[in-house]
Amino acid sequence: MTDQTALKYTAEHEWILIDGETATVGITAYAADKLGDVVYVDLPAAGSVVSGGTVVGEIESTKSVGELFAPVDGTILEANAEVDADPSLVNSDPFGAGWLIKVNYTELPTLLSFDEYSALIAE
Amino acid sequence: MTDQTDRYSPLHQIHVDGGASFTDFAGWQMPVSYGSDLAEHHAVRTTAGIFDISHMAEILVDGPDSAAFLDFALAGRLSAIGIGQAKYSLLLSDGGGIVDDLVVYRLADDAFFVVANAGNRFAVGAALVERAGGFDVTVADVSDEYSLIAVQGPNSREIAKATAGIDEVGVSLDELKYYWSTDATFNGQPLLVGRTGYTGEDGFEFYIQTDAAADLWAALSAAGEAFGLVPAGLASRDTLRLEAGMPLYGHELGLETFPVQAGLGRVVNLKKEGDFVGRAAVETGPADGARVLVGLTTEGRRAGRAGYAVVLDDGSVVGEITSGALSPTLGHPIAMAYVDPAVLETGTPLFIDVRGTRIAASVTNLPFYKRDSK
Repeated sequence: MTDQTALKYTAEHEWILIDGETATVGITAYAADKLGDVVYVDLPAAGSVVSGGTVVGEIESTKSVGELFAPVDGTILEANAEVDADPSLVNSDPFGAGWLIKVNYTELPTLLSFDEYSALIAE
Repeated sequence: MTDQTDRYSPLHQIHVDGGASFTDFAGWQMPVSYGSDLAEHHAVRTTAGIFDISHMAEILVDGPDSAAFLDFALAGRLSAIGIGQAKYSLLLSDGGGIVDDLVVYRLADDAFFVVANAGNRFAVGAALVERAGGFDVTVADVSDEYSLIAVQGPNSREIAKATAGIDEVGVSLDELKYYWSTDATFNGQPLLVGRTGYTGEDGFEFYIQTDAAADLWAALSAAGEAFGLVPAGLASRDTLRLEAGMPLYGHELGLETFPVQAGLGRVVNLKKEGDFVGRAAVETGPADGARVLVGLTTEGRRAGRAGYAVVLDDGSVVGEITSGALSPTLGHPIAMAYVDPAVLETGTPLFIDVRGTRIAASVTNLPFYKRDSK
């Protein structure tokens, strides 16, 4: 189990796990629940240069389309091929096997703590 | 997100306890899913699902002129249906547009039960009251007195038969035909059972007095356990009806839509005697070149959604999607769209503009999915 209190968050309902210069990014359980069953993901290719706050991918459920924002500036190291093959991982394990991208980041913006994010979704 | 004007189903607490997430639908907080809308969709196609659709509006038309009144007020010939029979119909504007689509049950020689969409409750009620002038009828909005529970799927009949408390069924559930209804009781209270639905599967709809709705839901759910019945929300209801090619008011139908554009020309009975509201406009028809509703299928997994443009190879816009999703049953995207008829006649290749990516689409006959009828 991922320790959700150790993750950083964005107001776009993404989580970020910082490990050295690598940021692993996924969407939160709250976001996955709001989307419904995820049936398709469109993730950026490894090597793509992304800038924080821009849309870099899509997460589609049966009923709607969610955008994936790059939470940090950097270069995509890897997109989760398992999620590409089985998008339901985003629902079944959003903080674990349902991760979406790994980014080699250049600089970290201000991100939300677990407590701050929890307060945001409690509103 | 919620405010004082939100309305809640009498079954709301059951849905909360069942882990439902909710969505606003025409001012009602209704269950959108109980966890997995895909699982709910597949359950309805293979076993059964139970839906709370208590937000639907019910209007009782009663009195000696009821049949003649509805022949005037609605597009179909309601006087022609038998007692117990149900009929899909349209309430048209003077201009021939669609105020709402309805299911009408004939309860007696001189009494009909009109079921309208929640969002059109007051428009339908007001139109019927206005059109009742000169007829010996009463029009009563009884929406608050009735709740509506649907059980849909191949096992629905066995579930209904096994449900404790459903009794005194007029026409046995084994003999009740599709689009017919029967009186029954549930724990002694009046129950109307229609073999109707909005999923493309066999199924039943139960009209019950609001104070008995929670007990009926519990009894149906208990009986359904052995038959794979699961609670199902509006998300799966939408993908089910889309696969079945059924229009949704506000998407495929609206005041600016003529029935013939929506493929509902057969619902308007131009042979019936006398005038009816919208007749002159419907006989004139929409302008030449008015868009018509078609089914579109695409490959891959990216679905065209409501509002997306249908375009030609050169990018010119020739239509717009009204509903679309990745079909859970078929495994590829499906959509309904209004398209310029000229491009259909020539068979010009069509594309859907999916957020900047052009995806080739094939025009398909509706429905996308049809159950094996037995």
